[in-house]
Amino acid sequence: MSELLNVPTMAEFMAEGKQPDILFWVGSAGSYDDRAKKITKAFVKILNKAGVNFAVLGTEESSTGDVAKRAGNEFLFQMQALMNIELLNSYEVKRIVTCDPHSFNCLKNEYPSLGGNYEVLHHTQFIKELISSKKLDIKESDYKGKQITFHDPCYLGRANSEYDAPREVLGSLNANLVEMKRSKERALCCGAGGAQMFKEPEKGDKDINELRTEDALKTNPDIIATACPYCMTMMTDGVKVKEQEQKVKVLDIAELIASSQNL
Amino acid sequence: MNYLPNIIFAIALIVGFGYFARNVKKLVRNIKLGQDVDVSDNRSQRWKNMINIALGQSKMVKRPVSGFLHVVVYIGFIIINIEVLEIIIDGLFGTHRIFSQVLPEAVYGFLIGSFEVLAFLVFVAVVVFWIRRNIIKIQRFWKSEMKGWPKNDGNFILYFEMVLMILFLVMNAADTTFQNMESGNVISQFISPLFSGMSPESLHIIERGAWWLHIVGILIFLNYLYFSKHLHILLAFPNTFYGRVNNKGQLNNLESVTKEVKMMMDPDADPFAAAPEGAEDETPAKFGASDVQDLTWVQLLNAYTCTECGRCTSECPANLTGKKLSPRKIMMDTRDRLEEVGKNIDVNNGEFKDDGKQLLGDYITNEEIWACTSCNACVEACPVSIDPLSIIIEMRRYLVMEQSAAPAELNNMMTNIENNGAPWPYNQMDRLNWKNE
Repeated sequence: MSELLNVPTMAEFMAEGKQPDILFWVGSAGSYDDRAKKITKAFVKILNKAGVNFAVLGTEESSTGDVAKRAGNEFLFQMQALMNIELLNSYEVKRIVTCDPHSFNCLKNEYPSLGGNYEVLHHTQFIKELISSKKLDIKESDYKGKQITFHDPCYLGRANSEYDAPREVLGSLNANLVEMKRSKERALCCGAGGAQMFKEPEKGDKDINELRTEDALKTNPDIIATACPYCMTMMTDGVKVKEQEQKVKVLDIAELIASSQNL
Repeated sequence: MNYLPNIIFAIALIVGFGYFARNVKKLVRNIKLGQDVDVSDNRSQRWKNMINIALGQSKMVKRPVSGFLHVVVYIGFIIINIEVLEIIIDGLFGTHRIFSQVLPEAVYGFLIGSFEVLAFLVFVAVVVFWIRRNIIKIQRFWKSEMKGWPKNDGNFILYFEMVLMILFLVMNAADTTFQNMESGNVISQFISPLFSGMSPESLHIIERGAWWLHIVGILIFLNYLYFSKHLHILLAFPNTFYGRVNNKGQLNNLESVTKEVKMMMDPDADPFAAAPEGAEDETPAKFGASDVQDLTWVQLLNAYTCTECGRCTSECPANLTGKKLSPRKIMMDTRDRLEEVGKNIDVNNGEFKDDGKQLLGDYITNEEIWACTSCNACVEACPVSIDPLSIIIEMRRYLVMEQSAAPAELNNMMTNIENNGAPWPYNQMDRLNWKNE
């Protein structure tokens, strides 16, 4: 299957004296986390299918520094940011797409004042663009009539007010989209943000991902759709805690689109 | 003529407004203890925010029940103040219902009629607020930070408003001339039968009594504001104006850090070079914030603006799952510490004397700071654009960059980023391995 993936790097483009239309920022989770890697591959399949002229940084990519910044380590964040900006600017990158809302937020909002000015898109925004420009044609869908509930990632939703793109993309699947009681502006966090992903939670009476999973399960979904690798981890764990993993699948929007295209 | 009431009235006004002005000056001084921050950007957006969020109550009504009730009290509060203007003129010049002589009777009747309806609606709304707090016991009013003074303070405000509205209506009901006008006594006509059979003298005493208590009550209420959580009725306006205008996800980049990092990364920089003249003072005293003076004045304004409604806390994922963090408490602690620092300055002739305390540690614990998911639910929920998250992040910055006091797991994560450019301990050379897996 791997031979099907076409993943050129910026260095390869540079060697040929060419420039891709868009840089795919894979992110640390998308590069190393086993579950998130599947999202990365699903998105690449979509890019390949739509004939997008893209590249990745590959081994030149490094953490955006987002999680260090949220943990309070401004030094480490700015070291990472300035290093990345130097690299991105040397490749004359203009447009970036990423599957990680945290990278999306950081690149979009926090890099500009350090000298990194790019048009940054979240993958749901980019997929929406592909669908509306007919580069991606979703005719048949395995998800017709399936009950799907979408969990808003904080850094896509509240942080950047993007609530429509993921819903529009999901809408193309002809599935039955149901909203959780807390959604959009009032969506509950999955519990991973602000560097919580990398530490044990403080003492309390419940884990946040469990509470959020309860929100999702109340809609009787066949699928919980996410659009963030960290939300993916948290919601998948939550569904396991609730012993619903046989009944309810947690899938990224990129995976839903890719599999509906039999990619 | 006897001028004694006029003089007493004038003195009451001067004392009431004077004491309030004195406290407002203190308030402004305390807010200015914060670090300077540039708020000259996005002027038009700022005006829009103030008009929509403060004046237009757009965020209040996101919760329809409390939002609607609040709009009633808010409109009542603003409009009934026109009546206060009449009271002040009457009080100073010894006139009685001066507007009724200036305005056509129908107009005056309409005005007072509207005030009466509003006063009645405000009374009902405030009673419902009281029931929500004390009988229904809505959770957000019973969190641990709401014990003692904050709980009483919230109720005092409600009692104040109830009493003021009753006094206004009683004043009208006992006013025989006004009742005889048969215009504008929309509500008070139902109260005046209570006084039937009383002598004109007793009625006059009741009317005067209610009139005096009403205006004195307003002056006391005005002065109570500074000591209560209720300053939002004034500060909501500047606070929504100076509040956040960029995407909620954007944290500021510390410029002092940028300078140092750029120098570290500059291959031509001479680490032993003497600092250029006059540059010594440029290094900030510390990174992040451990006390109120380290925060920006906008963050301190936020703290004074908070009215402890708890919408932030009721949306906070950490709080909802039983963690100690409550964004409302962060704001209350910031305000309480700022007040403490202000009092310290008062008693030490305008200089702050180190009291061995600080906001972080003595008020806010590390446990609270580390429980935050930075999800912005609190920021989104606040009806007056308060940003508790920004304070939490400043404290994390202090803990990490000044104290190296991050939880061990986070230190591991950060070491990984330093060593191999990812929060996990994987080799950077393996970043593209997924392609072939």
